[in-house]
Amino acid sequence: MYVAVKGGKKAIENAHRLLAEERRGDPSVPELSLRQIDEQLSLAVDRVMTEGSLYDRDLAALAVKQARGDMIEAIFLLRAYRTTLTRFGVSEPIDTAKMTIRRRISATYKDLPGGQVLGPTFDYTHRLLDFSLAEEAAPEAASEVSVGPAPAMPRVAELLDQEGLIEEETQPEGDGVGDVTRNAMTLPAGRDVRLQMLARGDEGFVLALGYSTQRGYGRNHPFAGEIRLGEVEVSFTPPELGFPVAIGEITVTECQMINQFKGSAERPPQFTRGYGISFGHCERKTMAMANVDRALRARDLGEEVTAPAQDEEFVLYHCDNVEASGFVQHLKLPHYVDFQSELDIVRRLRADFEARRMGEAAE
Amino acid sequence: MTETGEQTLLEVRDLGKQYGNVVGCAGVSFDLWPGEVLGVVGESGSGKSTLLRCLSAQIAPDSGSVNYRLRDEGMCDVHALSEARQRMLMRTDWGIVHQNPRDGLRFGISAGANVGERLIAVGARHYGNIRADVTDWLQRVEMDEARMDHLPGTFSGGMQQRLQIARNLVTQPRLVFMDEPTSGLDVSVQARLLDLIRTLVSTLHIACIVVTHDLGVVRLLTHRLMVMRGGRVVEQGLTDQVLDDPQHPYSQLLVSSILPV
Amino acid sequence: MTGKTIAGYNFAYLDEQTKRMIRRAILKAVAIPGHQIPFGSREMPLPYGWGTGGIQVTASIIGADDTLKVIDQGADDTTNAVSIRSFFSKTAGVKTTESTTEATIIQTRHRIPETPLTEGQILVYQVPIPEPLRWLEPREVETRKMHALSEYGPMHVQLYEQIAAYGRIAATYDYPVMVHGRYLMRPSPIPKFDNPKMDRNPALQLFGAGREKRIYAVPPYTTVKSLDFEDHPFSVESWEHCCGLCGSGTSYLDEIVTDDQGGRMFVCSDTDFCNQRQAQGFRGPLNSEAAE
Repeated sequence: MYVAVKGGKKAIENAHRLLAEERRGDPSVPELSLRQIDEQLSLAVDRVMTEGSLYDRDLAALAVKQARGDMIEAIFLLRAYRTTLTRFGVSEPIDTAKMTIRRRISATYKDLPGGQVLGPTFDYTHRLLDFSLAEEAAPEAASEVSVGPAPAMPRVAELLDQEGLIEEETQPEGDGVGDVTRNAMTLPAGRDVRLQMLARGDEGFVLALGYSTQRGYGRNHPFAGEIRLGEVEVSFTPPELGFPVAIGEITVTECQMINQFKGSAERPPQFTRGYGISFGHCERKTMAMANVDRALRARDLGEEVTAPAQDEEFVLYHCDNVEASGFVQHLKLPHYVDFQSELDIVRRLRADFEARRMGEAAE
Repeated sequence: MTETGEQTLLEVRDLGKQYGNVVGCAGVSFDLWPGEVLGVVGESGSGKSTLLRCLSAQIAPDSGSVNYRLRDEGMCDVHALSEARQRMLMRTDWGIVHQNPRDGLRFGISAGANVGERLIAVGARHYGNIRADVTDWLQRVEMDEARMDHLPGTFSGGMQQRLQIARNLVTQPRLVFMDEPTSGLDVSVQARLLDLIRTLVSTLHIACIVVTHDLGVVRLLTHRLMVMRGGRVVEQGLTDQVLDDPQHPYSQLLVSSILPV
Repeated sequence: MTGKTIAGYNFAYLDEQTKRMIRRAILKAVAIPGHQIPFGSREMPLPYGWGTGGIQVTASIIGADDTLKVIDQGADDTTNAVSIRSFFSKTAGVKTTESTTEATIIQTRHRIPETPLTEGQILVYQVPIPEPLRWLEPREVETRKMHALSEYGPMHVQLYEQIAAYGRIAATYDYPVMVHGRYLMRPSPIPKFDNPKMDRNPALQLFGAGREKRIYAVPPYTTVKSLDFEDHPFSVESWEHCCGLCGSGTSYLDEIVTDDQGGRMFVCSDTDFCNQRQAQGFRGPLNSEAAE
């Protein structure tokens, strides 16, 4: 006779053990260390920090290891850990104008003060699989050249701003900046909330939306004004001291897009802007983010909202991959009670249908 | 036309709306009585659509006022009402028949649901009764009630307009706005639809404001007429008088350019 | 009474500030029955969509002397119920139980227990989509307005369409209800069979949606009425069979496939209810064993 299946708890414990075995893989193969991940898979670490909204390379590397390389799973791990951390306060805004530049390029000028500094980039590599990487070998050292003091690197946006050619970035009105990690987002959202959601939003989703604007779904005519990669200082004003102290340094990538100019009866035409930023080196993400930021400003700039990338509710409600992954995968949970309800109604409706048909046939 | 003792339904005073430097409409004033049909004619850009949107509370004017006599409360400024009351007004005492049925119907629900929705919105909760009322109305607008469960997209343009009319009239509104109700339909369909509108409006004693560029429509439907140009009313009066003996040069131009049917 | 909890974590995982924030949201929710209150949902160690809203509500109200029951699909030992119960064991060390009558807090997914609840108990529902108008109107800005203005016509229109198409209302689970005569609410994907249990229940009913970041509540003894038409009144599911194990003809039954020739049997979805009845000596037609 039927005995209700029991032992769910045991099954789960065994599943966890199996998972741990699969994570380790073949025990005769050397185990990955966090340092190896941080050093040699640094872009994975950068992405996990950015979308995990937490700057800590060790923790991000651990998340990558524990998640077996599944980025969204790793981001989830880091976010869940972030929930447990005490918040001391809010730092001063970082000043990317004072960045220690490792890479800085602009598509809008051939040359500019400070020059085009290529830095470490995949851009000009030929995507040929390099089989020498299959063995372990030391790479050729990049040549070292001594340089004088760092040249001035004014932002492209500032160059345009001197002539009044580009709109100014204005401070948000009201009290401070929203924080989506502490308060539920309300719509319509201010630019601060939109930028936060995009910064920690899924790179694939933001990339696709940014791409769609370039293909005509809400085209805003972008030029890559400037992309910067480097280190910036983080400072914090402890309430006991009353003045800011530097507490460390983080690496960020910043992208400023220069977009479709706009004018009106009262003001002469100016270029508009899009903005993207990430922890570590996530260039593709910051560029896509800047495109989508600009698209979402359609309403503020009096443009017609016609395309998905301009639709604030659509973009902001679906860009978080931790939320998306949870909900999509929740379909694996038992739904048999509701399914039973559906079985019941479908059987009834079919019975009604048969009854009606027989009723009609009898006439 | 004004019955003894009857009060005005709508009083518009010096209504104006600007778009930057462009005048949408300016200095529009008139009264409307219950059961009266007022036509607003002019070519594109004359301001008649802007006027209609200000009157029907879809946009806020920059100057002047639109005052409507609520059933139990007397005259009130429509634009001073809360959004909640405006929305309620739109669903009960007022109707709007849009030029494009897509703007006035919900294409995702059946024809019957489109008509029944307004009854449900004011509290109808008996399926059988709702169904009977809807059937009755579909018959009144000469639609086939056997098709009441079909989606609006499966009907012809003329039928969609009839459906829009039924949807609006089911709550027995006292004032209906119509924006080019028959343009885009072919001539014979137009004629039958106008006939239907004329009959319903007069039987149910509904006041209407009909915006159109088509003088044939105003001739058939309206009691009074306002001619607009450049956002202003250049002439108003009884329809027949204005059409047969236009005073203003622009009205004369308009009238003389209709092709005889 | 309290067991050992994981080192380094606060009682019930969330920090006290967060719990306070959630309790404030709960108080607002209780003050406005059926109305959705936004709250700053946190990432939890379980994924969004797997009960984080319910978990955050429970974590904010649970105390060292509470007794917790967790069910999913009415059963205590389905994998997710086991996982959530173990989460609270590890982080709060509270006493857990499978008995509905012994529990002070019951967290549930998709069912209300068959055993009637009493004053002082709290039922915490896990909610995937809190907004009842969501499938009619995808925009949050518009649905907020509709709630504020009590514009619920479109929901009735949807039921009208079902009657027109099928001859009867076809909604089966997550069936919309009016709370305290004012707010339209989604009861979470419980089968409509359970809707009547919500009406004037002596227990406090709390609803948590973590991913959508909303909390709502039905205070004790509040009216909860399922939408219907006067001539198509609300009705619940029924079975021709009774429970094969305990013989109950009044509880919600799970259909179990026993062979590949169409063999079926029906068993109470609420495992505690079924076990209690069997312990009292009730037997269903498929239960050949005498009482142990």
